[in-house]
Amino acid sequence: MLEHLLFGNLTLEAIPLHSPIIVGAGLFMVLVALAVVVLITIYGQWSYIWNEWITSVDHKKIGIMYLILSGVMLLRGFSDAILMRSQQAIAAGNNLGYLPPEHYDQIFSAHGVIMIFFVAMPMMFALLNIAVPLQIGARDVAYPYLNSLSFWLTFVGAMLCNASLVIGDFAKTGWLAYPPLAELYYSPGVGVDYFIWSLQIAGVGTLLAGINFIATIIKMRCKGMTLMRMPIFVWSALCAMILVALAFPVLTVTLALLFLDRMFGMHFFTDFAGGNIMMYINLIWVWGHPEVYILILPAFGVFSEVVATFSQKVLFGYVTMVWAIAIITFLSFVVWLHHFFTMGAGADVNAFFGVATMIIAIPTGVKVFNWLFTMYQGRIILATPMLWVTAFFTTFAIGGMTGVMMAVPPVDFQVHNSLFLVAHFHNVIIGGVLFGYFAGIIYWFPKAFGFRLDETWGKWAFAFWVLGFYVAFMPLYVLGLNGFMRRVNHYSDTMYQPYFIVAAIGAGLILIGIFLQIGQLIVSIKNRHALRDRTGDPWHGRTLEWSVSSPAPLYNFAVLPTVDSRDPFWAYKETHLAEGHVHPKDLHFQPIHLPKNTAAGFIIAMFAGITGFALIWHMWIPGVIGFLGVILTLIAKTFSTDTDYYLDAETVRRTELAHLKEAI
Amino acid sequence: MQSDVIAVNEHHSDNDTTDVFGFWLYIMTDCILFACLFATFIVLNLPGAPGPDLKNYLNLSDVLIETFLLLFSNFTFCLAVLNLYQDKFAKVQAWLAISFLLGASFVFIEVSEFIHLANEGFRWDLSGKASSFFTLVGTHGLHVSCGLLWILLMIMQLFLLKDTNAIKRRMTYLGLFWNFLDIVWIFVFTIVYLVGAI
Repeated sequence: MLEHLLFGNLTLEAIPLHSPIIVGAGLFMVLVALAVVVLITIYGQWSYIWNEWITSVDHKKIGIMYLILSGVMLLRGFSDAILMRSQQAIAAGNNLGYLPPEHYDQIFSAHGVIMIFFVAMPMMFALLNIAVPLQIGARDVAYPYLNSLSFWLTFVGAMLCNASLVIGDFAKTGWLAYPPLAELYYSPGVGVDYFIWSLQIAGVGTLLAGINFIATIIKMRCKGMTLMRMPIFVWSALCAMILVALAFPVLTVTLALLFLDRMFGMHFFTDFAGGNIMMYINLIWVWGHPEVYILILPAFGVFSEVVATFSQKVLFGYVTMVWAIAIITFLSFVVWLHHFFTMGAGADVNAFFGVATMIIAIPTGVKVFNWLFTMYQGRIILATPMLWVTAFFTTFAIGGMTGVMMAVPPVDFQVHNSLFLVAHFHNVIIGGVLFGYFAGIIYWFPKAFGFRLDETWGKWAFAFWVLGFYVAFMPLYVLGLNGFMRRVNHYSDTMYQPYFIVAAIGAGLILIGIFLQIGQLIVSIKNRHALRDRTGDPWHGRTLEWSVSSPAPLYNFAVLPTVDSRDPFWAYKETHLAEGHVHPKDLHFQPIHLPKNTAAGFIIAMFAGITGFALIWHMWIPGVIGFLGVILTLIAKTFSTDTDYYLDAETVRRTELAHLKEAI
Repeated sequence: MQSDVIAVNEHHSDNDTTDVFGFWLYIMTDCILFACLFATFIVLNLPGAPGPDLKNYLNLSDVLIETFLLLFSNFTFCLAVLNLYQDKFAKVQAWLAISFLLGASFVFIEVSEFIHLANEGFRWDLSGKASSFFTLVGTHGLHVSCGLLWILLMIMQLFLLKDTNAIKRRMTYLGLFWNFLDIVWIFVFTIVYLVGAI
């Protein structure tokens, strides 16, 4: 009895020792984690890690932690992709491939979940954390402690998802876990529960981060920065975060209802007793469609910053850019049904959603033309961020075009759930979101770390990524038009095989691209002194983040800036540089009020993780402990009054002088 | 840009309006959460949905009592806020305690109603209708319970915390939350109970 209360359904058999691939992957993961722990212990860095990182509420450090999380999860998600591509390349005719169906099903489900929730979302929040407060001239986000909590909740979600690899299994339902397949009677294992709780916990983190950034952008802009003077990246972040605040509660509800179905035998999404399967599919896409815009809008923001900086020109059509973002934000909420035209809602409903979907192409087109016109007659510098932008133009145009094709309901009926769809959304998510985030990471890397990334390695990585992308996904369009469905483990008609072999080669090229990126990182760290960004303005930038040192000081701005135009730093350089810098000796520094580090966010997230894990395995005692832990930590934190301090003026002065000395 | 004028180096988030704004945003997201539950409830209760109707089991007078308890607790909470602005902390605590008792009675009646329904055979795993009823009303009840815990905490902090600003700010949040739950209850009352009883 006690054993069941403690361990629930968890037994040693949950560790899949019979499957060499899973055991290998699990062992590798455990070894890497152990190696990190051992290294930190050998170098005696635990107190540093704890004081400077885990308990940090500094938005720049939280941004870096998001970046590391997304990078690690990218490797995990991409190894899933390699497994799928190689399976499909060989599993034709009499060859069954090397992945049994129940394992293959977990791989494609985990691939989708990881890539969206634990790669793309953290990467977006990394960029937001690193850039947004600096761009609006603020000292931090509105709620630094909440920011730390958001990160750790996302982290815990990702770790639960990773745990499913070794302990038990992951959902075999596809990345959105459609019922009735996701119901207990078709998926009796813990897979769907892992899906529910890793997304639920990470989703709450995302929702809190969304609220945080809306408040930051609305309330904490520096003097003179009206809404229409904000950098476009901040606009795109604001709109994306509004989408987060509107869409993520829907995800929370949907996952909770699925959980109630599975745990308490309720009938929300069952196919009998009055449950409604399509209710789930509507709800999940009411969240899911805005979600893709949550991802792409910040990428659009990055393109706007990068194009203007590397064309050395004012962004063309700022006002239309803002309106385009706003319209996309609105439209993203009235198109969700295009994900299931085949539901049978009738011609009128399908026509409405089809037309609404096609209309999105118009503001998107406005943006693309604005970028092109910005480049027109500009002095373009083809640094790596700019290369990613140019690759984005063509790739995203193709992805957008196939998107408009599928927005036509009769066409969609033909290609629904085929590889054509798979090719389309990879086309926009890799070609739009990922390329944009890569551009953003290279662009803001000096601001976060203090040195630039190596350009040569970066260009090679770029070449392999883009080439690999086309080789991997163009064959899928052809296969999809020939009626090949997604999520297929084996096919008997060998006619398809050549296309899959080409696609697998493409995945291999992307793999080389990823290795080159890792190489780029290593080489850049080795040469960090040569690549050091001394001025804080490595790209001849236009916006406020480049006006401070790299990496930005703890307090961001010694003196909060006042702006009177859209590209304030550019204007400042044009007018003031001739007259010489304002010397810090002439400035009077004042003590700066800063939030203190807190472990509360980390502790709450860990307890939330325990609760999630306990609910997955029906372990009641740990569940109660975890739940009480969350509540009590939250309450204890409200009693703490020792939450902030003043950084003395002398430290500020010394930091600023050191930066100035280096810059000159 | 970096003007020579020394800006006041105030702490970024000491600003009350920023904090209250954030809490409003949270309330908005909670609104969406309830909107989804209402939508689910309505869809699963469309005419022709299988399973018995709620109205066969319902005791409407209990619901009326619940409504008044919650509305009165809101009223007494407002009295607490009025006293807060006159810095009469003992009275604030007294009115908060009364709000707590009213809210606790609400939760008590709701839980007894749930137990009664389940015993009569209208269990949450009976049908889509029953599931959506228990989930929607239960989520509201769970929110009220969180609010109750928060009121207790507030009463304690009125003794312990010396920072009047923080107390006033927290009372504002709690007030927003408690009012919000009242408004949601009005919708629950109308859509679940009144429409359900017809």
